[in-house]
Amino acid sequence: MNQFLLIMEELLQGFGNTLLLFAVTLVLSLPLGLLIAFGSMSKIKPIKYVAKTFVWIIRGSPLMLQILLVSFIPTLIFGIGNKQVATFFGLTIGDLLFVFVVIAFVINYACYFSEIFRGGIEGVNKGQYEAGKVLGMTKNQIFFKVVLLQVVKKVLAPTSNEVITLVKDTALAQILGVIDLLNAANHAVNSYVVLTPLIYAAIFYLLFNGLLTLLFGFFEKKLSFYKE
Amino acid sequence: MAYLQIKDFNKTFNDGFKVLCDINFELEKGQILSIIGHSGSGKTTLLRCINFLADIDSGVMVLDGETLVDTSISKKFSESQLREKRLNFGLVFQSFNLFPQYNVKQNITLAPTLLLKKNVKTLKAELKADKSLGLKARREIIKKYKQDEKERIEKEVVKLLEKTGLLDKENSYPCELSGGQCQRVAIARALALKPKILCFDEPTSALDPELTSEVLKVIKSLSDEGRTMIIVTHEMGFAKTVSDKIIFMADGRIEESGSPEQIFSHPKSEKLKAFLSNIDDK
Repeated sequence: MNQFLLIMEELLQGFGNTLLLFAVTLVLSLPLGLLIAFGSMSKIKPIKYVAKTFVWIIRGSPLMLQILLVSFIPTLIFGIGNKQVATFFGLTIGDLLFVFVVIAFVINYACYFSEIFRGGIEGVNKGQYEAGKVLGMTKNQIFFKVVLLQVVKKVLAPTSNEVITLVKDTALAQILGVIDLLNAANHAVNSYVVLTPLIYAAIFYLLFNGLLTLLFGFFEKKLSFYKE
Repeated sequence: MAYLQIKDFNKTFNDGFKVLCDINFELEKGQILSIIGHSGSGKTTLLRCINFLADIDSGVMVLDGETLVDTSISKKFSESQLREKRLNFGLVFQSFNLFPQYNVKQNITLAPTLLLKKNVKTLKAELKADKSLGLKARREIIKKYKQDEKERIEKEVVKLLEKTGLLDKENSYPCELSGGQCQRVAIARALALKPKILCFDEPTSALDPELTSEVLKVIKSLSDEGRTMIIVTHEMGFAKTVSDKIIFMADGRIEESGSPEQIFSHPKSEKLKAFLSNIDDK
């Protein structure tokens, strides 16, 4: 019993980091994704191509590689070690590595979200914009009063997919030594020479994703009052 | 001078296709103009240009003595200029384009309510410039204005719902309505902004035949009220009975125009004769 509690304590600490990474990534990557989506739909060609190339690079390479690359950027570009960077910002080295992971996650997920949003925005019937125009609405009014909710409805299902993938992708953070849920479970397996921590970790992931599924289901139901 | 004057409208698409070619016509207040012709003859593009949804390459449009476009003076308009100009016209689309997330009443009131917000802003600025009024007096005036306008919109909606036979549907969403009902909502929505000219782009083409008549009936009732309308249509029988004037378009040009009697009973051009005989065959 004592061992169970010790394992749980370790797992909960790891889960805390997993949750933090998940939440920060989500909060930052959703608006950034919208920005990139507008970029890739821009009528100004250079902006459009920069955005599209960026999305191609990020989606075309592994997230784990991106995490590693971000952690090497201070050394590669400025020729300074991560320790110096950490001292400069008054962070522990562990915190700094976590920040690197967050940066890589936010950029990576923003690119995926941007494509979902682009699909959602372009999927709104052109007639909706025209109807708004002939009714004398401004561009902003058309976007916020007419288009936005339709986009939200369209992107809800693919977004929920991406969000659930994000929960599981957080395990990649351990490449920089972040103690996330899976890393903690793995550690417990080694220290106590039992396999159960892995099962517990799986249950944590499942429960959390179950909760998210319910939440998205709730939103979908909220928006089911109309059909197109 | 005629109420609406269209002079020398020309438009070429980016791919070089000349879609409008020297379009000239006039329309008197209270008259109904029907535009007929084959698909691809430029009817819809003409309507879109009149509604400022598409630009013309050259031409002049004068409505009620006001020059809305004169490409020899300027071709490009700012967003707000376009909005002002568009409000002269209402447009009912072939595919309704109702806002699916709003119910019938909200679809009709959305634009007037947004317009009211803008007018309140302008009024506030005007009152602020008037130094003789205190803050309290200004607030009173604005409050009264808002209240009156809201009541006016509310009353207007009821009238429009009545006119289009949708009083019992005000809380329904577009997905719960038939095509004919949707199109009637679209007509009410366009009327809510009190356009000087109401335009229809094949208003019954997306409807089952048995739903067509209910929409045509509403359009007919509007004509009895003396509204100025431009109707792009494939409903020849309807065009014949309701129109004061008919334009037959072919290959981006006005091939022939005249009274329904002239167009249907005494067509002159070969293209119109062929077009009409094709329709008779069907």
